[in-house]
Amino acid sequence: MPMLKPPPRLGGYPGKAPRLKRYSIVELARNARGHHEGWWEAWRSPEPKPRYDVVIVGGGGHGLATAYYLAKEHNIRNVAVIERGWLGGGNTGRNTTIVRSNYLQDESAALYEKSLQLFEGLSADLNYNVMFSPRGLLALCHTPHELREAQRRCHAMRLNAIDSEMVTLDGLKAMVPVLDLSGSKRYPVLGGLLQRRGGVARHDAVAWGFARGADAFGVDIIQNCEVTGIRREGDRVTGVETTRGFIGAGKVAVVAAGHTTTLADMVGLRLPIHSHPLQALVSEPVKPLLPCVVMSAQVHVYLSQSDKGEVVMGAGIDLFQSYGQRGSLPVLEGQLAAACELFPVLSRLRMLRTWAGIVDICPDASPVIAKTPIEGFYVNGGWGTGGFKATPGSGYVFAHTIARNEPHALNARYGLERFSGGLLIDEHAAAGVAH
Amino acid sequence: MLLITCPFCGPRDESEFACGGEAHIVRPADPAALTDAQWADYLFMRKNVKGVHFERWMHSHGCRRWFNAARDTVTHQFLAFYKMGEQAPDIAPVSYTARPAPRTDPALPADPALHTDREGAR
Repeated sequence: MPMLKPPPRLGGYPGKAPRLKRYSIVELARNARGHHEGWWEAWRSPEPKPRYDVVIVGGGGHGLATAYYLAKEHNIRNVAVIERGWLGGGNTGRNTTIVRSNYLQDESAALYEKSLQLFEGLSADLNYNVMFSPRGLLALCHTPHELREAQRRCHAMRLNAIDSEMVTLDGLKAMVPVLDLSGSKRYPVLGGLLQRRGGVARHDAVAWGFARGADAFGVDIIQNCEVTGIRREGDRVTGVETTRGFIGAGKVAVVAAGHTTTLADMVGLRLPIHSHPLQALVSEPVKPLLPCVVMSAQVHVYLSQSDKGEVVMGAGIDLFQSYGQRGSLPVLEGQLAAACELFPVLSRLRMLRTWAGIVDICPDASPVIAKTPIEGFYVNGGWGTGGFKATPGSGYVFAHTIARNEPHALNARYGLERFSGGLLIDEHAAAGVAH
Repeated sequence: MLLITCPFCGPRDESEFACGGEAHIVRPADPAALTDAQWADYLFMRKNVKGVHFERWMHSHGCRRWFNAARDTVTHQFLAFYKMGEQAPDIAPVSYTARPAPRTDPALPADPALHTDREGAR
């Protein structure tokens, strides 16, 4: 990592930032006496000011994390987060909450590992329980080829100082007794790749924790405010038109997964990103069944069990472009068939809900976290199907990119130049992860 | 579930088809003459329309022929099917972006009436 210059000040926050009222056992006891009706609001809902140093478009986990780290790491506090709907109502609240860093490519491993490390200390850092549960993440292998690829990934991860181990059939039987290891299936399980530090976190809590943390630094969080245009003077952005009027901005940062291109179109920037529905579903609650996250890229499903006992499942995208936040039934059918193939015990489970989020996908299944040719306009998007795990890391490096107008060492390779320079970070082809 | 009308076979279930993404992209006549940026534009940059999108489909479990379709990417409604090589039909674009607020003092609260034409209200 290069030597860091002291952060440039973009101007201070006018007025006093609200003090963070900390949650503690004393407050819990105090509020228990009042039947928990006296809890304070976790963040303000201010009217937008005429101008901010930085306007972040998108109030999901990534946007709120960006605002939090802008204030915390770079002391830029005159910041607004503008959200079209409600906080975490997009992909932050629609994912399957998996956190991992088991990537093959060095660039990916570094970025997602940073994020995983931030997750490990996040509840304490935010004074907000994000319910990070490093229960282990198991990627199954069904063919000899896949087994060799997993072994290679295991070695690559260890070279990047990330925990990783191969699990034999005996190990799998001990870890996940309900897994069908009979070998009688079309795609029999041959082994697994385990990352013990991986797991799940509560997705809403991540957004809420970052929102509360950012708000305490003086960041204005403005919900129900849709950006309808981006104003430019020459090659420089000067602010955003919204459904609540014009808001001036020194810098505009787009973190609106699914709608990245809609916003980039407003400044005439072409991006290699398309939007697709990604569906997930959740079952009725049952007794503890899955001790860890189980993924299979071959039959394509990933499963974990929530603290309530529901089995949470996801798989691949619908192949047509969409902004409709719903997908087609054959995709769900396919992932349920895969789940029953791996876990015959699930075959009589009833599903409670299905839903879809709109994920934006880059040709190489790696995100764009970069400044753009338009001065003061920054883009963070294209996370594809795996953005949740990156939430803190994404915010951390994007805040650095915005504050210093240059990428952090961890996202230096995630610029738009990689598409014309032939330097793709090709996770689609390389990692065999479920995209 | 989508019902897709193959121009050769008629209406069939979505599971018989594969989607090939944006239609009407022409391969550059002389790739060697392009700059890296132009080549990247041809290879990677795509329209990602929120509204009417012209795209290619293939009837992969049927006649295995490619064709074009116009589809609304918010409602998923198909607006036209036409064969390869045919002109794209003239379909008026749809906008799903909310109307901007009138230019007033940004400190004033917004008019709630402006929030009506939103995606969620459809």
